[in-house]
Amino acid sequence: MRTREKIVLLITLAVLLLLPMVAEATGNSFYIRLAARILILALAAVSLDLILGFGGMVSFGHAAFVGLGGYVVGIMFYHDFNAEPILGLDATQSFLAILAMAAVVSAMFALVIGAICLRTRGISFIMITLAFAQMLYFLMVAARKYGGEDGLALWNRNEMPGGVVDLHDHAVFYFVCLGLLLAFLFIGYRVVHSRFGRVLRGAKDNERRMTALGFPVYRYRLAAFVIAGAAAGVSGALLANYTMFVGPSYLSWTQSGELIVMVVLGGIGTLFGPVFGAAAFVLLEEFIPEILNHVRDGWGEHWQILLGPILLFIVLFARNGLYGALRGQTGGPMLAPDLTGADLTEPDRPKDADVSVEPATDTGRPV
Amino acid sequence: MTALAIVQTLNGFQLGVTLFLMAAGLTLVFGIMDMINLAHGSFYMIGAYLTATFVGVFDSFLLAVLFALPLAALVGLLVEMVALRTLYQRDHLDQVLATFGLILFFNELVKIIWGPVPIFMGVPEFLSGRIMFGPDLEYPAYRLAIIVVGFLVAIGLWLMISRTRLGMLIRAGASNREMVTALGVNIKLLYSLVFALGAGLAALAGAMAGPIYSVQVGMGEQILILTFVVIVIGGIGSIRGAMVGAILVGLVDTFGRVLLPGAMFALTGSTAAQGVGSAIASMSIYILMAAVLFFRPRGLFPVKV
Repeated sequence: MRTREKIVLLITLAVLLLLPMVAEATGNSFYIRLAARILILALAAVSLDLILGFGGMVSFGHAAFVGLGGYVVGIMFYHDFNAEPILGLDATQSFLAILAMAAVVSAMFALVIGAICLRTRGISFIMITLAFAQMLYFLMVAARKYGGEDGLALWNRNEMPGGVVDLHDHAVFYFVCLGLLLAFLFIGYRVVHSRFGRVLRGAKDNERRMTALGFPVYRYRLAAFVIAGAAAGVSGALLANYTMFVGPSYLSWTQSGELIVMVVLGGIGTLFGPVFGAAAFVLLEEFIPEILNHVRDGWGEHWQILLGPILLFIVLFARNGLYGALRGQTGGPMLAPDLTGADLTEPDRPKDADVSVEPATDTGRPV
Repeated sequence: MTALAIVQTLNGFQLGVTLFLMAAGLTLVFGIMDMINLAHGSFYMIGAYLTATFVGVFDSFLLAVLFALPLAALVGLLVEMVALRTLYQRDHLDQVLATFGLILFFNELVKIIWGPVPIFMGVPEFLSGRIMFGPDLEYPAYRLAIIVVGFLVAIGLWLMISRTRLGMLIRAGASNREMVTALGVNIKLLYSLVFALGAGLAALAGAMAGPIYSVQVGMGEQILILTFVVIVIGGIGSIRGAMVGAILVGLVDTFGRVLLPGAMFALTGSTAAQGVGSAIASMSIYILMAAVLFFRPRGLFPVKV
């Protein structure tokens, strides 16, 4: 990691730690809520980047895991509120238990669908992940018991054991989200820089070669898919607590699209980049309408007409994303085989200059 | 019972040919340019909106469609030349993102021009009747017309691709674009033409669907996802696969919705099971797609490399 990158990360961390104090001191507690939303979406985006950026798996169904995590909160609330046992057990409202459940449920779902999806490559993978997310979407729309199309409004946030920490307090909730995001970034950093991470990145660049070297690529990918799913489930549980609502909109395919946008906006394959991407996306969503409304009343609701071309522009011209710009990296294709997130000074890193000229025959695409 | 089965089969075909019109363009664009275009649904929406507007102007459905289709194809041509042309050589992820941006743009643009309220579009008068096939078997003439038009277009498309010079170039471009360029064919022009053709077909699907479903923002995405299911099942890049996949999806979806809730109710006698049945029905085509991909990861009619 270069000095400039370290400085950027330290400044960001300082800003995130000080933000609640500053916001409360200046009477802008609204910004704490906004920042908490950024952190929650950042967790989902970072987990997506783990498979998208490092594993080269373009999953178009990541919102499914976020939605599952959210529905764990919602369904637990429903059963607790109606004092109705679920699967023969009493429902719980304990925050920690629910986070664990969200992670486990999402991880199990990821294991099942990953086992099927990872048999395919290229566009088929994009489509089959989308298909599974859609299945879950329609399942929840049909689940009238849990609100069906309208979703469930939660009347309470989950509780911390002993009541020491009150999740209703905006600053407290913010720090819980920050803690979880930092924890996952730490895990992600360790994963990416471990042997496991190298195999994953190697398989993205040249699957055939990794297989020939004797690595069970499928199993490595599946493991990464499950880790990412679990983290996204946790982020969904946080999101449900944050909005105190859960509904099929959590699972909609546009939600998956927006997560991809955050990853790319921040810098794909950079681990920390999606945090900046999530921040940029939420801030754009929040402030473009306001700016437009200043220009002319009523224009604000049409803000997406600007977002569309912005996206197109980013894809066409700014391929390293915000994080790439912040750490002073210019040029080069977005998904270059030079492992954008990797430490370039690592001595034992294999030379892969010849990878880019090999024909991409292993992608399974026709034509 | 047989009357019901026939009517539902026809409904399945009607959805199927609509999906085919969408899938044909998408699969051609993918097969030839190696391009995933999420914004394909936007042309469907634009086709429906333009037709609805021209119906108001000319008071004739046929005339409206006649004006709407070239206009929608022109929009497609513009989009291709301005934005998508540079994306052909890019990664699939870049294409997904850029065209996702285009969806947001077109949805908002339509909302600004026509407003957020769905537009009503009546069935054209000359097709408003019902056709009697037997004593208790009748079917709306308009839906029958959709099926006929869909199959005619499919035959036309097949003739164009297998018999004409343009079709030959399209097939050549799909199998080896460098060679075609080297032989002096203007490949850029060919790509633009194929894209405009796809946009026109999508607009035709939208125009015909307008009187049946409501014309509203977001209608493109609903059918887009079904269309992707179709081309993935059929094998990406294959017109024949698109046809088979479209009919299959149309029939599975229609019969799933009709039969499953009732069947679940009859089996268990509980309304909860009926709810489960309708949930499975709306998931049925995705289950079909997952099953096809599981056994044949490249679809039913994989295009030869």
